[in-house]
Amino acid sequence: MTDAPKRTPLYDLHVELGGKMVDFAGWEMPVQYPMGIMGEHNHTRTKAGLFDVSHMGQVILRGEGAAEKLETLVPSAMTTLKEGKARYTFFTNPDGGIMDDLIVANAGDHLFLVVNASMRHQDIPHMADNLDGIEVTEIFDRALVAVQGPVAENVVGDLCSAARDMTFMQTMVADINGVECRISRLGYTGEDGFEISIPEDKAIEVCRAFLAHEDCEPVGLGARDSLRLESGLCLYGNDIDNSTSPVEASLTWAMQKRRREEGGFPGADRIQRDLAEGTAKKLVGIRPTGRAPARAGVEVQDLDGNIIGSITSGGFGPTVGAPVAMGYVATKHSEPGQKINLIIRGKAQPAEIAALPFVTQNYKR
Amino acid sequence: MTTYYSEEHEWLTVEGETAVVGITQHAADQLGEIVFVEQKEVGDDFEKGDDIGVIESVKAASEIYAAVDGEVTEVNGTLEENPGALNDSPEGDAWIYKIKLTNIDQLEELMDLDGYKAFIG
Repeated sequence: MTDAPKRTPLYDLHVELGGKMVDFAGWEMPVQYPMGIMGEHNHTRTKAGLFDVSHMGQVILRGEGAAEKLETLVPSAMTTLKEGKARYTFFTNPDGGIMDDLIVANAGDHLFLVVNASMRHQDIPHMADNLDGIEVTEIFDRALVAVQGPVAENVVGDLCSAARDMTFMQTMVADINGVECRISRLGYTGEDGFEISIPEDKAIEVCRAFLAHEDCEPVGLGARDSLRLESGLCLYGNDIDNSTSPVEASLTWAMQKRRREEGGFPGADRIQRDLAEGTAKKLVGIRPTGRAPARAGVEVQDLDGNIIGSITSGGFGPTVGAPVAMGYVATKHSEPGQKINLIIRGKAQPAEIAALPFVTQNYKR
Repeated sequence: MTTYYSEEHEWLTVEGETAVVGITQHAADQLGEIVFVEQKEVGDDFEKGDDIGVIESVKAASEIYAAVDGEVTEVNGTLEENPGALNDSPEGDAWIYKIKLTNIDQLEELMDLDGYKAFIG
């Protein structure tokens, strides 16, 4: 890409707060603030972190039968998604691979979607081309921020008391500091929290109000990655992509029974076959025994030296206090506790298959 | 004792034919929080430019490149248990190796403190 990276409505605030700005998927984003990745990670796990996720694509689908039509592109149940509720899903391709993962919220008279920053250029035309009679509108004039952590309920609730009563995956429109926002009780850190869509001209003002809470600190993309990794959440492009099926990625839970049985989404043949027969490889958690982090691309071997898979995400897990990773291994080696070797810089390092998530998810059910 | 600096952000404090080697505070700050250090062993020899270790931070893995030819005479073993010391005192307690210099003339190619400060701007 030769274009200069784009800036979110919060750019000036990031700079003011000392954010170290990097180019991420064509966006100039803070990778960390002066607190540092480890501190920001721990702060989110114990108090509350404010994340700018405005680079993600916010999309509105409007029109008769939008949920039913969307079901032709995703393997999750959309027609039964109640008003005021959101659901995690993914676009599948004709081979049963994953084109992108996303959140769909039933906002009453429309569906509100959030897709990955790196995939919005693909997802918008994909929907526009395939959802006949549905108006697909990408929103460019709103910021999206996440407030995550055990104190998130107070950070948001102090400014919008109705937010306190929301449960995991609920969504609503409400005022924060007199600004009309869409508030959804979800996130991608494994902690309780909210994602909040804010009109761009009010975004800094609303974020300052969150940051005025003594327990709320800004958190960059670095800690966002270690938080989601410890929580066993997939990163599109690393842990899931066009070649991996949702069954291999252990995302079967996101495909409701009716959809699994009836099909009617791209790649249903392969996904139903994977469900019935199992898959040759599976996404698992991996705990290196030593201290060396195993990063994406590291080869996984069995104890006899046979290649059985590779790491797709990995790094140091500050809450775990040790390196953690996710990757695909041959299904017969995928049981937690199995001993494996990771080939890091040419040397075999001992590791073990581990249950995901590494850190207990802490959602408000 | 004279301290030299390399363009790879290492420092060498030289006394006679031996040197203590580490990374600069600037390098440590750029790497971010350090979580793992892979070091060579006593007796390993190396040439200028060789990869003589790896520092892993929360962000990424970075190689340590030898600034001169030499041989490892001592390894700072405390870094294995406490890699974060490299953020706190990279130019002090958290040295990485003691080495024997095998080509002392190479020191002339390195920078002094003023030169290094100018280099990092």
